[in-house]
Amino acid sequence: MSIWDHANPKKFMSFSGFILPYISILSMGLLSWGLIWGFFFTPDEVRQGSTVKIIYLHVPTALLAINGWFVMLVGSLIWLVRRHHVSALIAKAAAPVGLTMTIIAILTGAIWGQPMWGTFWAWDPRLTSFLILFLFYLGYISLWKTIQNPEKAADLTALLCIVGTVFAILSRYAVNFWNQGLHQGASLSLDKTENISNIFYIPLIISIAGFLTLFLTLVLVRTRTEIRLRRLSNLHLIESRS
Amino acid sequence: MPDLGKYAETVLGAYGVSILVIIIFVLWTARRAQKVKQELGKAEARSQQKTRN
Repeated sequence: MSIWDHANPKKFMSFSGFILPYISILSMGLLSWGLIWGFFFTPDEVRQGSTVKIIYLHVPTALLAINGWFVMLVGSLIWLVRRHHVSALIAKAAAPVGLTMTIIAILTGAIWGQPMWGTFWAWDPRLTSFLILFLFYLGYISLWKTIQNPEKAADLTALLCIVGTVFAILSRYAVNFWNQGLHQGASLSLDKTENISNIFYIPLIISIAGFLTLFLTLVLVRTRTEIRLRRLSNLHLIESRS
Repeated sequence: MPDLGKYAETVLGAYGVSILVIIIFVLWTARRAQKVKQELGKAEARSQQKTRN
């Protein structure tokens, strides 16, 4: 079976309906496991004290805030090239989930920043690019709501998504581009000498897996709702004509 | 409960706010999904009724 078969709304509904119970249970399990382990059973860090426990919320949500935008980008590009409605609706459904992740990442970062940096906010390259990404999410969601014609809305939001991708990339690599600012480098690295200690690393990976499956669950549920809304709108149109 | 020391408020605040935001968003998503599913069910039933008549 080709992946493009899922562009058919009926097949997408059937497949997503089948996997949703499993993925949602997996998400609850991984999230509880990662956060309980991180909060209750990891030690304090020498410099950060107990605030290091915020890493299990901040890092996964920041990762998904950025990668959520890339999910939207893939959906938008498929829409622009192949005109599959389901892909445009996946992009639309992913935006509020990505926005929620961005809000949590910014809030937890600010709460952590107050005792560590002495301020909730600084105009640091990574923080600023994250704020711009947050504004792009708001703009993208507003654009979908403003335009009545679904095809036109999908076209214009796809273009906005492509432009916003610049800031998603900046959010990810700002620390590398500008070697300045308060925000430290990435917590996770392929280089073992730069990576965080295993005591923090394993629960962090579980927490990331939990947030990732939560993200997928929410995107699937919201995409199914968008497909149903599209069908509902078509039925209303048929009713009003007859 | 672990000893969070002088940063107890910071850590508990971060967890509290994040869990609250997640719960609100999940409930909103589930409620909206349920509502739309019910509305579509009713609309499809009406449409089938019309077709039969």
